[in-house]
Amino acid sequence: MTKTTPSRREFLCALGGCAAAATAAGCSDLTHTSWFRSAFRELGDDEKKAIVADLEREHAVKYGKPVKVGTEGPLPDVEFGYALDISRCIGCRRCVYSCVDENNQSRDPQLHWIRVLEMDKEKGIDFAHANAYYEAEKVPRDGHFYLPVACQQCRNAPCVRACPVGATWMEKDGIVVIDYDWCIGCRCCMSACPYGARHFNYGEPHVPPEQLNPDTHYLGNRPRTKGVVEKCTFCIQRVRKGRYPACVEVCPVGARKFGNLLDPDSEVRYVLEHKRVYVLKAELNTRPKFFYFYGL
Amino acid sequence: MATLRRFWQFALASLHIVLRGNVYYWIWIAALLLLIGAGAVAYAHQLQAGLIATNMRDQVSWAFYIGNFTFLVGVAAAAVLLVIPAYVYDWKPIKEVVILGELLAIASIVMCGLFVTVDIGRPERFWHLLPGLGSLNVPQSLLAWDVLVLNGYLVLNLVIVTYMLFSLYRGRHPAKKVFLPLVLFSIPAAIAIHTVTAFLYNGLPARPFWNASILAPRFIASALCSGPAVLLILMQLLRRFTRFDIDDRAIWKVAELMAYTMFLNLFLLGAEVFKDVYSDTEHLVHMRYMFVGLGEHRAIVPYMWFSVFCSIAAFLLFLIPKTRRNPLTLNLGCVLIWIGVYLEKGMGLVIPGMTPDTLGEIYEYFPSNVELWVAAGIFAVGFLLFTLMVKVATPIMLGELHASDVQGIGHADEPAHEPVR
Repeated sequence: MTKTTPSRREFLCALGGCAAAATAAGCSDLTHTSWFRSAFRELGDDEKKAIVADLEREHAVKYGKPVKVGTEGPLPDVEFGYALDISRCIGCRRCVYSCVDENNQSRDPQLHWIRVLEMDKEKGIDFAHANAYYEAEKVPRDGHFYLPVACQQCRNAPCVRACPVGATWMEKDGIVVIDYDWCIGCRCCMSACPYGARHFNYGEPHVPPEQLNPDTHYLGNRPRTKGVVEKCTFCIQRVRKGRYPACVEVCPVGARKFGNLLDPDSEVRYVLEHKRVYVLKAELNTRPKFFYFYGL
Repeated sequence: MATLRRFWQFALASLHIVLRGNVYYWIWIAALLLLIGAGAVAYAHQLQAGLIATNMRDQVSWAFYIGNFTFLVGVAAAAVLLVIPAYVYDWKPIKEVVILGELLAIASIVMCGLFVTVDIGRPERFWHLLPGLGSLNVPQSLLAWDVLVLNGYLVLNLVIVTYMLFSLYRGRHPAKKVFLPLVLFSIPAAIAIHTVTAFLYNGLPARPFWNASILAPRFIASALCSGPAVLLILMQLLRRFTRFDIDDRAIWKVAELMAYTMFLNLFLLGAEVFKDVYSDTEHLVHMRYMFVGLGEHRAIVPYMWFSVFCSIAAFLLFLIPKTRRNPLTLNLGCVLIWIGVYLEKGMGLVIPGMTPDTLGEIYEYFPSNVELWVAAGIFAVGFLLFTLMVKVATPIMLGELHASDVQGIGHADEPAHEPVR
């Protein structure tokens, strides 16, 4: 796979007129401009290094501080899973905003990877009567419960199937990721996703430099551009280094559990084996690795 | 070499023809160029600002552009309705106009390509879709399939049309063993582009409104209504303004076939409505948004009822032999069916499919001015292309334009060559 990449790039170079593209992108090494950048999955180690160095330089100039772009791969014998206790969640939306901070989501236009839905206890889990725009000061409101929804990290992911250029795929550790430099912005994946988990950058995303989280991952929270799709990655930049996702850490009631599905002693396995577990829209056979449970 | 030189001559002659025309021709061209300019300005703004210049948002992430794309795939597929009687049943009066259907297909596919281009967030990355160079996700992704079949259909029609016109220009009859297989192949190809486009929606279980197996048949039925409607009007215009002799019987036959396809279109819509309404599951919500609105959200309701009204009225006009043979009611029917299908495919398919969204949120979409101008510009490109192609094709088919050294082409009043057979 890696062998084909340089020739493709040379071909494009000849075709597109390198000088013009490099000038337009304001980059010294023209083959590393985002237009020529090959799909992440096809890159060799040396190319990854070179591209990451370029990205880090670009981001440092734009945000005025050093930014790290990691390319850590999946850990062996790890498949991540998530469990969320519906009976504990109070709908405070701290997860939403810690996710925004951790994952460098655009503040203007505003973009959230997590949507917290307020539902009637009488109706149960019923999207048709859900309300994502409830007033946060009053939670939890009587007669209601709360259902935070982000990417369900499906094993049988409709979004991966729909992408015409293979810019989104499931990694070995089960995280569905997006290559922001390969995505063409056609939004087929958004039509295919049953959970509204995918978000498009309709405008140029804006993150104030002082708020930018400089610890990033190529397939996760590195700064995005307009015209591409993004979504939750279980905080790939954290979990591949043995840390919890930001939403798990911030949850004030401990409703969020995260761990390795292949480890029999993990918290998430305990939940699966001892609690009543529910997955959203099970009839669609997407087989999520994100489980909801009733802990109380 | 001689053929190449001849082809160069053919290209120059074609250029010469499109640069000649009366005042109406130039007014028409100027109006189209003006619209194209306006569309280009709007698109430049959209490129700069991003798709935030449209009214699409995460809740309704495909809308007007993709609706237009879908409608035009239908128009492109419509050439089949002419090919089938002409070549499968060897019905002569229609053969002359088959080439117009092919030209319409070319113009429509070009518009389809433009609508997809303006809809995507990173159009400069189009090369990721090129087989070999990029990484086309076949056989999994239906958009990847659509890219293949639409481009294949474009090439097929370009080859057929160029071959036929170039042969006639050289004073030869197109060799049957070359063009007949191509023309016959264009029938399944037309069905294929429409089926794959329908599957693009159909294959999304996340969207119950589209995840109905009746979708592809409905696409084909509506395409066979809207496409021929354009051709019927065009045939009459050509008859009026050129020496093109189009048999009344050809027009009536096409109109009769359209009456059947219109019935089929309404029948399939009725079947869909019945299933949703009688079952009364939570999936009915999309149909309700379409025809009655959800609370105060009823932006598209009047358009949908108008669409149904147009489709039924057109069906009745085409069903009754007297009204489908009367030029006035015939043309009225053509306009009505065009409007009916355009509203149904352009707005009634995509928008209700996404409203409410997968988590139950209602975002009421209506196209922004940028979207409307960009769409107008794209339609103007299509009309311009079609006008120029018809302008070149007409004198060639009439035997008025031919290579200078070709003998035996008759006087302008009595073409030695019969029109395309």
